[in-house]
Amino acid sequence: MATEFKLPDLGEGVEAGDVVSVLVAEGDTIEIDQSVLELETDKALVEVPSSVAGTVTEIHINAGDRVPVGSLLISVEEGEQSAPSPPEPEAEAPTPAPKEEPESTARAPEPTPPAPRPPAPASNGDPIPAAPSTRRLARELGVDLTQVAGSGPGGRISQDDIKAAVRDRQTGGPAPTAPVQLPDFSRWGNIERQPLSKVRQIIAKNMSQAWQQVAHVTQFDRADVTDLEAFRQRNKEKVEASGAKLTPTVLALKAIITALKTFPQFNASLDAGANEIILKHYYNLGIAVDTERGLLVPVIKDVNRKDILELALELGDISQRARTGKIGLEELQGGTFTVTNLGSLGVGEFTPIVNYPEVAILGFGRAREEATVREGRIEPRLIMPLALSYDHRVIDGADGARFMRKIVDALENPELMLMGG
Amino acid sequence: MAETHKTDLLVIGGGPGGYTAAFRAADLGLHVTLVNADDNLGGTCLLRGCIPSKALLHVAELITEASEARTYGLTFGDPKIDLDALRGWKDNIITRLSTGLSGLVRQRKVTHLTGYAQFENSQSASIEGDGDIDRVEFEHAIIATGSRPIVLPIFALDTPRILDSTTALDLDEIPKSLLVIGGGIIGLELGSVYAALGSAVTVVEMTDTLLPGTDPDLVKPLETRLRQAFSAIHTSTRVTHIEEVNTGIEVNWEGEESKTSEIFDRVLLCIGRRPNTDNIGLENTEIEPDEQGFIKVDSQMRTNDPRLFAIGDAIPGPGLAHKAAHEGKIAAEVLAGEPASFDALIPSVVYTDPEIAWVGLTETDALKQDRKVDIVRFPWAASGKAHAIGRIEGQTKLIVDPYTQRVLGMGIVGPNAGDLIAEGVLAIEMAAVAEDIAHTIHPHPSLAETIGIASEIHLGSATDVYMPKK
Repeated sequence: MATEFKLPDLGEGVEAGDVVSVLVAEGDTIEIDQSVLELETDKALVEVPSSVAGTVTEIHINAGDRVPVGSLLISVEEGEQSAPSPPEPEAEAPTPAPKEEPESTARAPEPTPPAPRPPAPASNGDPIPAAPSTRRLARELGVDLTQVAGSGPGGRISQDDIKAAVRDRQTGGPAPTAPVQLPDFSRWGNIERQPLSKVRQIIAKNMSQAWQQVAHVTQFDRADVTDLEAFRQRNKEKVEASGAKLTPTVLALKAIITALKTFPQFNASLDAGANEIILKHYYNLGIAVDTERGLLVPVIKDVNRKDILELALELGDISQRARTGKIGLEELQGGTFTVTNLGSLGVGEFTPIVNYPEVAILGFGRAREEATVREGRIEPRLIMPLALSYDHRVIDGADGARFMRKIVDALENPELMLMGG
Repeated sequence: MAETHKTDLLVIGGGPGGYTAAFRAADLGLHVTLVNADDNLGGTCLLRGCIPSKALLHVAELITEASEARTYGLTFGDPKIDLDALRGWKDNIITRLSTGLSGLVRQRKVTHLTGYAQFENSQSASIEGDGDIDRVEFEHAIIATGSRPIVLPIFALDTPRILDSTTALDLDEIPKSLLVIGGGIIGLELGSVYAALGSAVTVVEMTDTLLPGTDPDLVKPLETRLRQAFSAIHTSTRVTHIEEVNTGIEVNWEGEESKTSEIFDRVLLCIGRRPNTDNIGLENTEIEPDEQGFIKVDSQMRTNDPRLFAIGDAIPGPGLAHKAAHEGKIAAEVLAGEPASFDALIPSVVYTDPEIAWVGLTETDALKQDRKVDIVRFPWAASGKAHAIGRIEGQTKLIVDPYTQRVLGMGIVGPNAGDLIAEGVLAIEMAAVAEDIAHTIHPHPSLAETIGIASEIHLGSATDVYMPKK
């Protein structure tokens, strides 16, 4: 009774592999789960375990062959003693002695991917499958429960589901989770495991989502901010008198608005499903804030309608509250473009990650005095490095360059910029 | 001396909706004024509705049970009914509860006015009453004016022989014969009371069934029992004419096949209720009630007039005290800035004997919507407790979503159905699947157990009944 063993579905979208070596020979007796060949796929080098037991009668592949899933690997003659049940019990032993391969009978023959979860059934007028307290929480957080797929039995929505929906709303959609099998690091030395804080988990999810979704490009440039700094010094005290701080970021916000108005595709999101670009007719700028809990991005709404003093006050207030954990969820939502400033930490150039589903982010480095040639003379000028990352699916390189030039111009000509030019 | 009073919130109507709204708003820090037409708080429910009718239904049940005890080997004499004492007992219950409400008003420092309120505009109302305050200026108002029995012109005879639900509860006398027009909840409840007290009760109902809209399998055990307790039940029958004659009220009616006329001592009209929205000055606000007088509101009880809210029988939906009270809380919480909104299920109960109760999706609605559902019935004939109390005609029914196994509806007929249904309400509100109920221990023996077993039948794990393998 010959059985044919074919290359099983290896999961994770692997369709074929290259045979590195064949681990059995004709005439060998093999057991279930015994490795029969080494296969290299685009993901990894794997050993393929047999799902049949018996004597190998024929090997149909050679090292170096490329074999798709389902191809015939070996033929096996199934013997009495090698039926797919545990090897025969020793008669005298009252309990079966542990066998050499304790996993061999326990493991399922083939990995089957989990059945996909059915989507949330369309609303049919049934009461929302969530407890009254959960429904109230949803109202409080502004979550539409008909859009939330419950994780509980019968699609019951839990409070955690709602919080996850809020996080998804901030990031534009759930990140695909692809857990990676890690090696056992303790083989090489002592290790320590620490739980990931909630904020850290969200950052990790958002970042990997941004990284997966966005076709990132980063462009660098430098702006001469000598005049801007002079302007800032001149007006610093005036602003301080009102209890605010005139930071370079406040002025940068103005420069960004000038550029966003000229290049609306930077104030947009990509709806890839609908093949549409969503242009936003409002200018809400997110400010990356370093907090003890981790990175937070509070949003200043309608930046275009606010003057320097208002922006300075709001920026100070919102970053302070982000740091002290007193920021509301709604203040972390609705951003259209993000600014990140690592200058205060002494950083020059860096490559920011787009705050998806936005399409662009501008990073500021530390401004330094540099010897610059102006009109044939060497002059010390204050030069600030800039880094613009954007989604290349939406924005072409030339537009990125133009946008950057607009920013640089605005920063280099503060009077013009602040007059709305 | 005329006086204008200023308040954050004016609540018009002191029924379960109104007083709940007033109390909740006061607890949330608002300055509240409650105006009620009656000296006593409690509204229709307490003064001339649910509470007195339940007291009398309890008496009716006692009479019936005592008489049925014969089959258990327990014989009582015929009951002697002291109508004055019975009325006094019932009125005493009302007084006690209403006094309790007045105490709660004082404790919460709610200003309580007696009189009729009429809107002058969306910020003030005149108060017609005996008190000093004849005008109230408010930031917001909640309209909780309730409803009253409908009287059709053909029944509008000026005679004490014509009763409505209010006068029927006054218990002036026990008529020899009573015709109940309308086989809905109120008609059957009051008919049951008078039948137990000794009246020969006849019911006529226009549609082809008692309790129109209720699942027929739940109505059936009740109908069987009522056909014994009542002299006659005529469905698909319309009253065409009534007239007072020497010996009573002569009533003509037309059935599907026959026309008859009969004379009754009394005629009780239970053909529905209409909202009390016609004499409160709504024309001076932005609110326009619909043709039936109902005020439209959103899920937060807001009317189209930004300062005015409405709840209870004054707005569309079943005229039930528990609905009104829930809406009252929502209106108060919304006014206090809380994220409240009406998204709750409203259980329905018919307090006859046996009781009928249901919540959520009914079998009738599922059929109408052509909706695929799993229906599980557990007959009380298999319940030990039902046998022990001699009431095996009951039934517990679950409506389950075949795809998610979620419990969508529950219907019960049998004694205490109104209490038992609370488990179903909670189950559906919590989005329970049938398995959740099946794995919940229900006390044995109890009637509540029938809900547990019904869920087990759905799951295929019931041992109290035999189920052939599918």
